[in-house]
Amino acid sequence: MGRGNLAAIASLLMAVEQPELPALDVEGVSHRYGARQALIDASFPVAPATFTVLLGLNGAGKTTLFSLTTRLYGIQRGLIRIFGHDVSRAPSEALRMVGVVFQARTLDLDLSVVQNLIYHAALHGIGAHEARARAAAMLERIALSDRANDKVRNLSGGEMRRVEIARALLHSPRLLLLDEPTVGLDIKSRAAILDHVRGMVKEGISVLWATHLIDEVSQHDQVVVLHQGRVLACGTAAHIIEAAGTGDIRSAFIALTQTGEAA
Amino acid sequence: MIGTTRPGFTAAQYGVCLKGIVWREALRFLHQRERFVAALVRPLVWLFIFAAGFRQVLGMSIIPPYETYVLYEVYITPGLMLLIQLFNGMLSSLSMVYDREMGNMRTLLVSPLPRWFLIVSKLVAGMAVSLPQVYTFLAIAWFWEIEAPVIGYIAVLPALMLTGLMLGSLGMLMSSLTKQLENFASAMNFVIFPMFFASSALYPLWRVREASPWLYLICELNPFTHAVELVRFALYVQIDWVSLAVVVGCTALFMVGAILAYDPSRGLVARRGEP
Repeated sequence: MGRGNLAAIASLLMAVEQPELPALDVEGVSHRYGARQALIDASFPVAPATFTVLLGLNGAGKTTLFSLTTRLYGIQRGLIRIFGHDVSRAPSEALRMVGVVFQARTLDLDLSVVQNLIYHAALHGIGAHEARARAAAMLERIALSDRANDKVRNLSGGEMRRVEIARALLHSPRLLLLDEPTVGLDIKSRAAILDHVRGMVKEGISVLWATHLIDEVSQHDQVVVLHQGRVLACGTAAHIIEAAGTGDIRSAFIALTQTGEAA
Repeated sequence: MIGTTRPGFTAAQYGVCLKGIVWREALRFLHQRERFVAALVRPLVWLFIFAAGFRQVLGMSIIPPYETYVLYEVYITPGLMLLIQLFNGMLSSLSMVYDREMGNMRTLLVSPLPRWFLIVSKLVAGMAVSLPQVYTFLAIAWFWEIEAPVIGYIAVLPALMLTGLMLGSLGMLMSSLTKQLENFASAMNFVIFPMFFASSALYPLWRVREASPWLYLICELNPFTHAVELVRFALYVQIDWVSLAVVVGCTALFMVGAILAYDPSRGLVARRGEP
């Protein structure tokens, strides 16, 4: 038995013994833009291979949280860890494990679908040859193989979103962050994207899905309720409904945010 | 589980990233044919109309690096090469501001590679795109009988790479200071025109000194003057050491400034808040 095999077994054993690290760990994060406090002492985990919904109205602080997690801004207070890697201290290690779909469209409209994907792969140090193979496989999965060489400008809104999700997964991240990914899409595209992303959780990818659309939450999802920069509740949807003493997540959200405002 | 990915990146991965960023910039440039035409028309208008008209008005004396009397067209050619790079640098930063508004900038900045490397790659990409523009202009000028020594066309390449980086970094630094496109467009007016006119691009500085010692001082302090002189000398296979030092110094200064400005914890971008 080679030394490499032994090492592999040893690391496997260690992995089994280690308690599983959260995919994302947000601890006491506060952030302000000048006088405006966007996040106040926000804490919550995202467990590995779960679908976690970050639920909040517009302006709740969801996008700020995403910007801090992806290191667009420095973290002013608190700690964000991705699979144990501190975003402030080891940004490279943390960022290579994350795929992001931003709220704003971020594809290059004048480039083809494949060119966009190759560019993204290059930003992760993946060469063009390997990138082409991965892109082809990804496009196959999202059923857009026939559009590979079309300019992104000619795609529909739903197709662009699917390409952005494929792009976010190109470097095989273990955590996928999506910021309001279904905004501006028709009902059919919304359902298709939601299904697609839920399917990925079954393959072991952890998902943080930020939305203000309550009907995107299902009973078994993990939910983090964010309101005016504060985390008001965190747990499974069923648990949150029970704790709020309401019949569904919509009324639980309303009840929570109203007490939040009163407090 | 942490041990599953190797920390850090290999040199090859850095290379792939740089190549990808330059490739995208080149593709974008090829898609914007109007930009290429505009980039060429601008200096050609100066050369064919302005210089032709001024030829009689402005007498040239023999100044280094020229060894004979030269036509005014020949004199302003290096300045016009730099004009192309100045616009290219500003437009590429304009695309940074646009990218920041449109979100493309986010795609770049969430790359796990170090932020400074991404910024430098972006600058190299902008500089690389400026080179074919300058050489196309030189080719057209050559038919207009503006001919430098053949080896000068090779010697000028490193000088152009340096000046391209300098002007790109300046633009990048400016882009971090302005939040909106409109502000940036007006900022360009305050940079491009003063930089171009208060330099040795259109008239030799000894003539400026005769007219106004103050203006002469401003021209001497203008990094654009030194970029023009560096290129002018290089085109005649000579090195203007003072200009070289100024251009290298300014490039380093602007580049470090741009890297700091885009640093998430220190940067102006972070301090101002939303991207």
